[in-house]
Amino acid sequence: MEGLSAVLESLPYILSGIPVTLGLVALSLALGFTLGVPMAVATVYGNRVMAKIIQVFVFVMRGLPNLVLLFLFYFGIFPLLGWNLSPFVIGVITLGLRSAAYQTEIFRGAILSLEEGQMLAALSVGMTKNQAIWNIILPQALRLALPGWSNEYPILLTDSSVTYAIGVAEILTRGSQMVTRTYQPMPIYLTCALIFILLNWGGMQIIQWGEKKAYIPGLGRKIETR
Amino acid sequence: MSTTPVLVVENIHKSFGKVEILKGASFAVNKGETKVIIGPSGAGKSTLLKCINQLVIPDRGRVFLNGEEVLHSHSQINRFRQKIGMVFQNFYLFDHITALENVEIALLKVKKMKRAEAREKALEELNRVGMGDKVHLYPAELSGGQAQRVSIARALAMDPEVILFDEPTSALDPELTGEVLEVMRDLAKEGMTMVVVTHEMGFASSVADEVLFMEEGRFLESGPPSQIFFHPREERTKKFLSRISELYGELNKNG
Repeated sequence: MEGLSAVLESLPYILSGIPVTLGLVALSLALGFTLGVPMAVATVYGNRVMAKIIQVFVFVMRGLPNLVLLFLFYFGIFPLLGWNLSPFVIGVITLGLRSAAYQTEIFRGAILSLEEGQMLAALSVGMTKNQAIWNIILPQALRLALPGWSNEYPILLTDSSVTYAIGVAEILTRGSQMVTRTYQPMPIYLTCALIFILLNWGGMQIIQWGEKKAYIPGLGRKIETR
Repeated sequence: MSTTPVLVVENIHKSFGKVEILKGASFAVNKGETKVIIGPSGAGKSTLLKCINQLVIPDRGRVFLNGEEVLHSHSQINRFRQKIGMVFQNFYLFDHITALENVEIALLKVKKMKRAEAREKALEELNRVGMGDKVHLYPAELSGGQAQRVSIARALAMDPEVILFDEPTSALDPELTGEVLEVMRDLAKEGMTMVVVTHEMGFASSVADEVLFMEEGRFLESGPPSQIFFHPREERTKKFLSRISELYGELNKNG
């Protein structure tokens, strides 16, 4: 019963890490989206130099382990620049930039899956390329990207725990602190695990609701007989 | 019928890589005329249409709309494209919006019309093509013939000087081509200026003011349908027509 009392003792402290974890996830998702959409558009419709630069960014970000990037920022790059950023902000930047790389690929794939005629038809009625991208290409591509994009939530949720390494007070960090106080690793880490699972479940509900909301008949499905 | 050419296409050349698709194609269309372009696949018909509104930039040659040269510079081309309607073989309706919104969107975004005004204009054009009762359906919910009629309404809504039709019925089941050709016949009667690439010889012979036979990137011969279809000068035109009539049935002299 020592385990149970340790859990009960730790629970309020661990639970108060939920806003920190969700904050990391929401902000890095948003950062990844804000960078990922324009980068995807630029790789498809931009000039070659731009596309190449983005390709290199994506390649590097996807090739670096989370923890390595986190340490590079925390111990190397930002101190060198003389920027005094909090571990939380560095966590958001690390997770967000990596997510941006993945989101770029997700949205690029979705844009490329649209038939070329969507752009041709938009240009043919006198839209500029930018108007066509904004009014025709992105509304379709973002919807098509949704199933793939929804993976980013559980990935970022689970990845967010690496910020433990630089002391962001998220769920795992708080759990570990309570383990050193109570010497009850199993019950407390199980508690952390359960919280992550529940947060994941909740997020998936919201995403599925969003997918239903965004549904348009026939979009993204090849219709055989017309 | 006035004789001012609405559209003049002058000596268009276009290569993709080493393959020369267009080798100096020229023609002109007067106001209210329907010109039908026929020819074997690979002749460059589709590319020529796309060169007219600069969806494909020609290597050489010029295009004039009402006497003004169509330039593909950023500042100019969108103004010209508004006046040159285009109807594609595969419709290319915007898949994420309804039939009504498909017709409306360029009025709102390009012509910057007020919403109510755009809606009224879009409904008017959809009624014109007989789609007034299906305006709230999405493209995937329409039959091919219906989708093509909506795409014609989308082109009409911009009040174009000329509409280019790129094999408008080639992607349709035979029983659906009739409804699209019917709409195009009506447009021709109402005096719309049209350039039509098609294999529908019945349509061509009854509607076209002139039929142009294209092969290997240039026009081999042209003339009124009765001449091209029944007394072609060129051997290759004859050959093409006999192949086509196997596919689409013999031509009926009465169209």
